[in-house]
Amino acid sequence: MKAFLTLTWTESKLFLREPAATFFTLGFPLLLLVAFGAIFGNDPASAPGEVGYTTYALPGYIALTIGSLGLLSLPITLATQRDHGILRRFRVTPLRPVTVLGAQATVHLGMLTGSTLLLGAAAGVGYDVPLPASPLLALTALVFGGVTFLAVGFLLGALVPTARAAQAVGMTLFFPMLFLSGAAIPQFLFPDWLRTASVVLPLTHTTRLLQDAWLHGQWNGTAALVLAGVGIGSTIAATWAFQWT
Amino acid sequence: MPTALSFQSLRKTYGSTVAVEDLCLEVEEGEIFGLIGPNGAGKTTAVECALGLRQPDAGGVRVLGMDPRRTSREAFYRRVGAQLQDAGLPDRLTVQEAVDLFASFYPTTMDRTPLLDRWGLSEKRGASIDALSGGQKQRLFVVLALVHNPDLVVLDEISTGLDPEARRVTRDLLREVQESGTTVILVTHFMDEAQALCDRVAMMNRGRCVALDTPAALIDRLDASYRVHFAAASSVNPAPLRVDPAVETVTVDDKHIRVYGSDNLLSTVVRHLTEQNITPNDLHAERATLEDVFLALTNDGPARSSPAATEIPADSA
Repeated sequence: MKAFLTLTWTESKLFLREPAATFFTLGFPLLLLVAFGAIFGNDPASAPGEVGYTTYALPGYIALTIGSLGLLSLPITLATQRDHGILRRFRVTPLRPVTVLGAQATVHLGMLTGSTLLLGAAAGVGYDVPLPASPLLALTALVFGGVTFLAVGFLLGALVPTARAAQAVGMTLFFPMLFLSGAAIPQFLFPDWLRTASVVLPLTHTTRLLQDAWLHGQWNGTAALVLAGVGIGSTIAATWAFQWT
Repeated sequence: MPTALSFQSLRKTYGSTVAVEDLCLEVEEGEIFGLIGPNGAGKTTAVECALGLRQPDAGGVRVLGMDPRRTSREAFYRRVGAQLQDAGLPDRLTVQEAVDLFASFYPTTMDRTPLLDRWGLSEKRGASIDALSGGQKQRLFVVLALVHNPDLVVLDEISTGLDPEARRVTRDLLREVQESGTTVILVTHFMDEAQALCDRVAMMNRGRCVALDTPAALIDRLDASYRVHFAAASSVNPAPLRVDPAVETVTVDDKHIRVYGSDNLLSTVVRHLTEQNITPNDLHAERATLEDVFLALTNDGPARSSPAATEIPADSA
């Protein structure tokens, strides 16, 4: 337990010392909130369901954070630790593999929590965005979406050969999802065909799960099922593919 | 003395490449033991087998009475420390954070402040890893391998390119580690470093152990364990030198003469020079080194020593 807590604390500090990871997790979603908020405001009924644009968009920004943590930060961290022989050094200590991966999972979920609180506070103060209709359901959706993308992150971290490759693969996956999943740009602005096509992107389901929970207090069963499949599949594949050196 | 580490006919192959073949050796508790040889000799593979990182194809490994593949990670690494080649740390981690992190992996640890002090890192506590010099990094890696006061520590290529002063300091520090009861396995391709630091060495070449003894005994076993160099203004007749029983080989390179031979070589050479009425310039004698032993054993060196004179045959691979 002492090892897990110290490792988690140390990895948290290292996370925040990495400018790119900190920006994409904490800065970038906030930047979108403020930028799109300035453009579209939050007038009632500026988005479907008689809600304001920013209120409608907030769950998307949280989904964006989830995507950046799972597609960029976690795989890059794992690949870097392997590249630099950090995992190799851990391998000759009593530290168990599950502790190493568990600490990373905890750090990333912690960053997700921090970013969500930051976004929620900024949205509340700046644009009078209300709290979720059902806070418990919203929290469940957050954890569900977050854990799914952590599994994707572990799989990517297992598959990419180097930190450089992790960066390239992560960016290639993250940016299309950022724009097409509804995370950065709400899907009600999309043509029908694009909205339909976007179901191939896992982040679309994260966005929809969060939106339905946040705005309507509803559990989107389809999105949850897709995410569960992605999460379980990724976990199994990652367990099989993960290498320490 | 009980055995701290033993290999019994260890064999490890990677595909069709034989990395280690029939490695047999025993390291006693409290020794500073060198596993030496050129890059690719199989040293790292051997220690990786000892640390349970690789499964040997044949033969056995015992570490402090434990079978590394059948002992739990926790139980094994509480008693064993290791600094592996190619093992790093995050760039933005500080020295103090690194030591605290690794200390948290063990139920009991050494007092960290004096440990950092001894290894000359107390002024670098707040420095991040990427701000350390190569030598400072290496010392930190050793500290991390020693933080739980292990019974056996494996240090793989810790001092790549240490200057003589740093090497002397390292030797003193390793003596302290030894005196605190820790067996040290030093893996290096620097023969002079092993000669300076180790109680005994096993010399590896192409996966096999070609010699095993104290550095001094290995050097003594060479036919030509001494060499004398000098320059002569006038020509020297090497013939009488060559037939002298103390002399093994003479090489003449213009005015520079090198004489290889055994114990009383210097006086022999001086006697011959006096007889020929020659005043030598820059006359000096040197003891052979482990490097010479290695060259002799692997047949890669000049014919100044015969491999047959040592007990172990030259590399047969």
